[in-house]
Amino acid sequence: MATQVFKLPESLRENTRYSFCPGCDHGVAVRLVAEVLDELGIRENTILAASIGCSVTIYDFLNIDAIEAPHGRAMAEATGVKRARPDKFVFTYQGDGDFASIGLAESLNAALRGENISAICINNTTYGMTGGQLGPTTLVGQVTTTSPTGRNIEYYGYPIKIAEHIALCDGTAFSARVSLDTVANIKKAKQAIKKAFEVQIKGLGLGFVEILSTCPTNWKMTPDEAHERVRNEMMKTFVPGIYKDVTAD
Amino acid sequence: MATECITNKKVLTKGNYAIAQAAVLAGCECYFGYPITPQSEIGEFMSGKMQELNRGYVSAESELAAINMVIGACSTGAKAMTSSSSCAVSLMQEGLSYATSDQLPVVLVSVMRGGPGLGNIYPSQGDYFQATKGGGNGDYKLIVLAPSTVQECVDLTYKAFYLAHKYRNPTVLLADGLLGQMMEPVEFKEYPYPEIDNSGWALTGAKGRSGRVIRSYAPLAEDQCVFLEKLYQKYKTIEENETEWEEIGTEDADIILVSFGSTSRNVKTAVKMCREKGIKAGILRPITLYPFPNNRLKELACIAKKFIVVEVNMGQMVNDVRLAVNGKVPVELIHKPVGAPPAPEEILDKIEELI
Amino acid sequence: MNHIVIDNSKCKACYLCIKECPKNLIKISSQTNNLGNRTVEFVDPNHECLGCALCATRCPDLAITEVYRG
Repeated sequence: MATQVFKLPESLRENTRYSFCPGCDHGVAVRLVAEVLDELGIRENTILAASIGCSVTIYDFLNIDAIEAPHGRAMAEATGVKRARPDKFVFTYQGDGDFASIGLAESLNAALRGENISAICINNTTYGMTGGQLGPTTLVGQVTTTSPTGRNIEYYGYPIKIAEHIALCDGTAFSARVSLDTVANIKKAKQAIKKAFEVQIKGLGLGFVEILSTCPTNWKMTPDEAHERVRNEMMKTFVPGIYKDVTAD
Repeated sequence: MATECITNKKVLTKGNYAIAQAAVLAGCECYFGYPITPQSEIGEFMSGKMQELNRGYVSAESELAAINMVIGACSTGAKAMTSSSSCAVSLMQEGLSYATSDQLPVVLVSVMRGGPGLGNIYPSQGDYFQATKGGGNGDYKLIVLAPSTVQECVDLTYKAFYLAHKYRNPTVLLADGLLGQMMEPVEFKEYPYPEIDNSGWALTGAKGRSGRVIRSYAPLAEDQCVFLEKLYQKYKTIEENETEWEEIGTEDADIILVSFGSTSRNVKTAVKMCREKGIKAGILRPITLYPFPNNRLKELACIAKKFIVVEVNMGQMVNDVRLAVNGKVPVELIHKPVGAPPAPEEILDKIEELI
Repeated sequence: MNHIVIDNSKCKACYLCIKECPKNLIKISSQTNNLGNRTVEFVDPNHECLGCALCATRCPDLAITEVYRG
């Protein structure tokens, strides 16, 4: 008798086909979110605040209720949803530009208030949907369409370390940075997402996961080369790890 | 500070508190806001009352956040509101545009102050355009209600929640610093409108059905065309059913004065003074600024010889009156850039000059 | 018999699964799919598949839909 060891999560919409570029890690991240919703059995009680950028399309793939927030405002909209319906499971899925540039005020203040919500932030060091411009997480030296000679700190300043900032907020219950560059790291990422969801269910405050992700199209790399870049360049500035966990001993 | 919501008896109340108490009585489940004079009492009142009633309240980090928190709450079908003024309402324009596209029952109380820019905290009607034409992107309308007394602040707050939910469209209560800060006797009756069923669209978690998405992203032009046609059908229904105004002495008037909000109070007195002097004047006061009483103004243009718009700004509503009258009779303007409305005597003098 | 199921219509030819397979059982196919991509195929004549699901976990496009052991 054959045992099924892998199946597509039930929280995905039927016959879901992603619109992401080939090799984009968004696809893995969305699947992990769906798997965690399945495992926690909360799909039917969940409301998502979607964002702007490649991340917006998540509501086409997940079979859950969702409101689409303007650019940067997902944490504010999630706050509104949760305050109106505290019994619902509420989370955001945002890119780094959305979460940490245009939406930094909303993100940090939600963390400071200890909003009982969860947030997933995809960090791919660029604005993907608009064609690869410099973003808040663009690495020093990185060439983008708006840093044609590379990000130099005199001109552009420094990238933001999101997970560390969120961990500093007293209302944060869990903050971690994970990566999707290897299968082992994908498994760790899933555990972090689960933890970020569980702290909300327990009413402990904000659960946050920053996911290091690839943008092969705008990085002009093969999907494999892109994962190499995550390992060799991104992880030096954005060190994976758990930066805050109020449930830890 | 008044913290009790009293019903069915006259009490002396400040406009801002009247609005806040009416919102609570209308069943407002969540308030999100950021302080700005001259409306801060609304947030102050709500901070205590909403906690006491175990409803939602957040001192938002900005007006951007506040309007989006309202959107989030409204997406679940909840009655939710924010309040703000002028330069800070500017920050909410993006959210209002999204909320019209999302078809969400957002309620915004906009207590006008002087502008442009930071301006000052004196009363003004300088945000007529901001409310009725919008500063957000794309084709949309906000329902706009303009109270002229503190009692109307109560009655129209009730109505704002009702219309917002009935039509699933953001609705603005457009008051000004004068109304917000003045005290008058008011009666708080029970919320007079039926509750609107939102089970067909509100986000509740996809239990026993597929996931609902409240979105404005329409990547295909044809989808956007279909949506906008549908949205404007709704606006047509609102125009046909919800246009509200008050008229005094218009039936035989040669001169029709048009004025809204707190300014209209002095205009009413000026009309009375005109009649005493034998000038056949009347007043039309739009209560809904959108939908605007275009058809009635058009009818009156067949009777009257002249229209005079009185407003505290550089002349905003006068443009809509001119469009409604469409060149049939002259439309003049009596205005003051900012501050308390012109006194009845001043209005009378100017009317006499203009005729 | 351990095996995987591929929905070729979803494959975007990123080939991440090929590198992931410890037994080199996933190859570039000679076929192109509806998206115009040269997709992959699972070739396991000697029944070497471990049923480890590394390929499915890696696949960013939900194209590896099922993995079985036994």
